[in-house]
Order: sequence, then structure tokens, then C-alpha cells
Amino acid sequence: MELSDQIAQYLVSGLSTGAIYALIGIGFAIIYNATEIINFAQGELVMLGGMFSLFFLNAMHLPLPAAVLLAVAATTGAGVLFERLTIRPLKSPTPLALVIITIGGSILIRGIAMMVWGKDTHAIPAFSGSEPLSIGAATILPQHLWIFALTAIAIIANKLFFQYSITGKAMRACAANRRAAGLVGIDVKKMVLFSFAISASLGSLAGIIVAPLTMTSYDVGIMLGLKGFCAAIIGGLSGGVGTVLGGLLLGVLESLGAGLVSSGYKDAIAFIILLLILFIRPQGLFSRAQSERV
Amino acid sequence: MKKLLLPITTFLLVSAWAVTCFANATPIKIGALFSVTGPPSFLGEPERNTAKMVVDEINAKGGIKGRKIDLVVYDTQGDATKAVQAANRLIKEDKVVAIIGPSTTGESMAVIPVVEKEGIPLISCAAGSKISDPVKKWVFKTAQNDGLAVTKIYEYLNKKKISKVAILTVSDGFGSSGREQLKANAAAFGIQVVVDDTYGPKDTDMTSQLTKIRGSQAQAIICWGTNPGPAVIAKNVKQLGIKLPLFMSHGVSSKKFIELAGDAAEGIMLPSGRVIVSDVLPASDKQKKSLMAFVKDYQNHYKAEGDHFGGHAWDAVMLLKGAIERGGGDTPAAIRDQLEKTTNFAGIGGIFNYTAADHAGLTKDAFVLVEIKNKDWALVK
Repeated sequence: MELSDQIAQYLVSGLSTGAIYALIGIGFAIIYNATEIINFAQGELVMLGGMFSLFFLNAMHLPLPAAVLLAVAATTGAGVLFERLTIRPLKSPTPLALVIITIGGSILIRGIAMMVWGKDTHAIPAFSGSEPLSIGAATILPQHLWIFALTAIAIIANKLFFQYSITGKAMRACAANRRAAGLVGIDVKKMVLFSFAISASLGSLAGIIVAPLTMTSYDVGIMLGLKGFCAAIIGGLSGGVGTVLGGLLLGVLESLGAGLVSSGYKDAIAFIILLLILFIRPQGLFSRAQSERV
Repeated sequence: MKKLLLPITTFLLVSAWAVTCFANATPIKIGALFSVTGPPSFLGEPERNTAKMVVDEINAKGGIKGRKIDLVVYDTQGDATKAVQAANRLIKEDKVVAIIGPSTTGESMAVIPVVEKEGIPLISCAAGSKISDPVKKWVFKTAQNDGLAVTKIYEYLNKKKISKVAILTVSDGFGSSGREQLKANAAAFGIQVVVDDTYGPKDTDMTSQLTKIRGSQAQAIICWGTNPGPAVIAKNVKQLGIKLPLFMSHGVSSKKFIELAGDAAEGIMLPSGRVIVSDVLPASDKQKKSLMAFVKDYQNHYKAEGDHFGGHAWDAVMLLKGAIERGGGDTPAAIRDQLEKTTNFAGIGGIFNYTAADHAGLTKDAFVLVEIKNKDWALVK
């Protein structure tokens, strides 16, 4: 087989993995922008999405679309509950305390998921069959199309929400300056809660649409969460195009690296990029340097 | 002097009787180390369940030579330090005459110096070949060596005149042991490993590695890992439309793999112990009787399918029973000597023949090659 054909396949595989990273990364970015917290429990929300849809499918015997919707709703509920129980009661929310809380929360969620659903890996049926489709020399599964489509819809809807709706604008105001936003009458706490709800629903969506390809278990959140975090960092923690490009870039580099160099370095690639970005361009690859907010 | 003869004789007779009587009343204490919780609980739990089940059954039938077995189980949680502590406790406090387990190779290697020093026979339920290679005086094992599974696949490839293979192994203990064996045995079968690639235990997409394999000279793919990786690979192979025969390791020989891989599992071949195909084995198979007994008992006791791991514990208990029954007494040294004389014991893992030079006791016939057909196992002739 020609090298160019192989590269086509690497690109297609990389883009589909990257789309998932992007979706998870945007969850990180939204919460960061509203609260300046890196929510390390984001990966667990991704896991909950997959596990809840499995639960609704197998235990409740619901049809797939209903199970997916309910799983997104349930995870959003979990995200809101998480904010209510762990972030809001904090008296002096220093960044360090918040980061530790989200890490603690992620371990707790993972533990509960393990107790409730066990340690087994589970499969979820593909949304529309598993007959491969060919695109030029590369092949993909119908599920990959679902991933591209749903990621695109989620990101566009997100963009519209933040650009045009009054709540979205209020959240952006919180991101720009919490104190000032509070002074003009924006309920900052409510906006923080919203940010958790939105990123939980995006995270769970990511968890659900990859589950038919990658399967799901109580501990899938760790790696997916870290990769999503990398995507968000590459994109400079922007809630929009930057993180999407960051995710896609990460997916493609991983795939090319595994195929052309060595698969042993696949995860190393992601983390080397993460470190390089943090050292050289902490503002992200795609944004201009900002002056420090005082 | 004559006056004393009668009392002394009486005393001696009485005490001798008391000793035998006492011995008859005391149970034989056997220790067990299983990782019932912790990451390797998928091994330890069925092992513990099976060991308890078999011991209860032996006791219900009157024990070994009229003496009951007292099984003392400690949970090692997959932790080598805990395994060593528990082994010391079994030997010094519980004063067991033999130990079954541990469940993993790492724990077994950690416990070996303890039992070697104390002189207590150990029957490990872990698969690593280094447990019994080189042979250690007090250490035996029941799980099949990885090398035997490799041999089984390579023999089949020879038969099909396939000489170029791609190997794709998981980057953990199980995968790297498999990778070593696959590479070490290749030359002897005239097989050439043209692609040698790995993947991480948590990786979710292996199309990159498989695309590379598709572009190579490989005529077959051998994947070495435990769930869920191999299921992802099976799906990726189907997605990429690769038509090469795909082999898996015995690490996925459970129904769980078929469930995870779904339609993509069809046609995959793997070496496996006989448990999963016990019902389709010909009646002439020497292990059939043991297998059917184990599977049926496990189903009755635990309402679950008996698996290979439980089988390793079943074999360990039955091997001990055999060694004690053959006479020589129940001292650790006598049990060890008798274990080494085990011949043609048809257990779950295979037919065991321990010798002074071989404490693993199995041949490649401990594995059968199975193919997944219609979401079930079929024997490959």
C-alpha cells in the first residue's frame, strides 16, 4: 500500500479522535472562563455520559435515542450537583483549593461509578451500524460521521449561545471580570452553575458518542480528560475555535506519530506538546499574547 | 524394673493412640493467597470462590483420608508487599502445610523467597514462566505458560504455510511477556515478525498501528492483550477492511470479549484452555470429566460461568489432595516430594506431569485453538 494512502488513513483516524478531544476540551474552557477553575473532574463527566447511557439502555431497556438524551440530562444533573456540593460551599476559593477539590471529586465519582457499575468494560451499540465507509483510500465507520456531526453541532450551538443569548453574554462578562459583572447585577454564582451544566452536557455527549467505538468503563475518564485538557491548553483555553483546532491537531499528531514513528510514544506526544505549549506559548497556539489582567 | 513395664507400655500405647487420634481430629491446614480485591480481582475472585467450593466438597465427602481440610484465605489486593506479609502469617501463625496462589506473577515472585526459606510448598496460580523457570525446589504452578499459547498459534500458521506475521502487543506485563515469547519462538517455526508494534492498555483507537500493518508484508496479525484493547483492535480491523487472519491470545478467552467486540469478533482465532469449550469436547478427551465437574459445580454454587482462573485454583487444590493421598504424610516436605511425582493428572488447565526438572507440568496440548463462530467458540481442527 502506498505511503500516501496510509497517511490519508492516519489523518482521518486522527481527526475523528481529535474531534472528541475538542469536545472535552471545550468543557474545560467553558468552566475555566467562568470560574478560573481547571475542572479536573471533566473526564469523569465524560465517563458518566457513557455509563449512564449504558445503564438506560441495558437496565431500563430504553431505545437508543431516549437513552442518549437521558444520559446527557443525568450527567448534566451530576455536574450541577458537583458544583453545588463542592465548589459553592467553599469559603475562600483559592485556585489551589479548587483544583484539589476537583481532583478529589473526580476520584470520588470514579469510585462511586466502580461500586455501582463494577469494573468491567462495556460495549454500546453503534448508532447506525458498523459497515465501514471508504473516503478515498481511507475507511471510517458511520459512528465517526456521528462524531463529526454532533461535535460540529455542539460547537456551533455553543458559539451562538455565548455570542447572542443574554445568559451567554452574562457568562462572558463573568469571564472578563467577575467583580464588575457582579456589580452590574449579574448573578455570578448562577453563571458558574450554568458553566458546569453546559460543560457537563458537552462532556457527557463526548462520552456517549465515542463509547460505541472505544467501549466504556468506570476509568475511561482519566485519559480522555487529560487529552481534552491538552486540547484546551493548545487552544489557549478559549471556548471556541482555538480549542477545536487544538483537539484536532492533537488527534492528528498522535495518529501520525503512532503510525510513522512508534505507537509506544502515542501518549508521550500529547504530553510533550502540552509541556512545550506551557513553556513557550502559555497563551495557546492560536491566540495573540494578552496583557496580564490586573 | 518389671513392675514398671506394664505402666510404661500402657502409657506408650495410650499416648500413641492419643497421637493418632488427635491427628485424625485435626484438619490439614492449607493456606491461600488470592487478590480477591484490587486490580487483579478478576483473577483472585474466581480463584477464591473455586478453592472454597472444592475444599467444601472434599470435606463433605469425608476429607482426605478421613481428615478435613481447613482453608485459610488471605486477600493480597494484587500487592506484592501484602502477599509477602500474608505468606509469613500463613506459615508462622496459621502453620499451614502448603500454600495455593498468589494470583499474579509479580506477587508470586515476591513470595517465592519466603516459601523457599521456610520450606513450604507453593502452587502458584499465575501464568509467568519465570515462576518455574529456573525450577525452584518448593514452587509449582498450574497456569499455562505464555510460550505454550504462542507455540499453538505458530503450529497452526505452519500448517497454513503462513510465514510473515505482524504482532501487536499491549504495553503491560501480559503483553510484554507475550511479545518476548512471540519473538523468541518465531525462528524455530520459520516465522518472520515483519511488524512489531504495541499499544497502551487504555488506548481507544489502534487504526494507526493497523494501517501500518496493512501496508506491510504481513500475512497474519497476532494481538496479545486483555480486554478491552483486543476488542477495539477487532473493530478497527473490520473498519479498515483488513482481510488477514487475526489471532488473539488466551488473555481474551472469555465470553466478555465476544460481547465487547460484537460482530467484529467473528472469525478470530485464539489459543485457549479447554474450560470455555468443555461442552463441545469429544468424550475421548481426558480432561472432559474434570472440566464438566468444575463447570457444573461453579454454575450451581455461584450462578456464573466457571473460567480459566477458577480452574487454576481447582487444579492447585486437587494436586495437593492427590499428593497427600498418595501417602508420605502431610508434612510440607512430604507434600512437596509427592507433588513432584504427579503424573497424568487431568485437571482444568491441562494434563499435569510434574518432574524434578519441570514444575509447570504442562505441554502445548494444554491449549486448544478455538475460533469465534456465531458469537460462540468452535474448536479448530
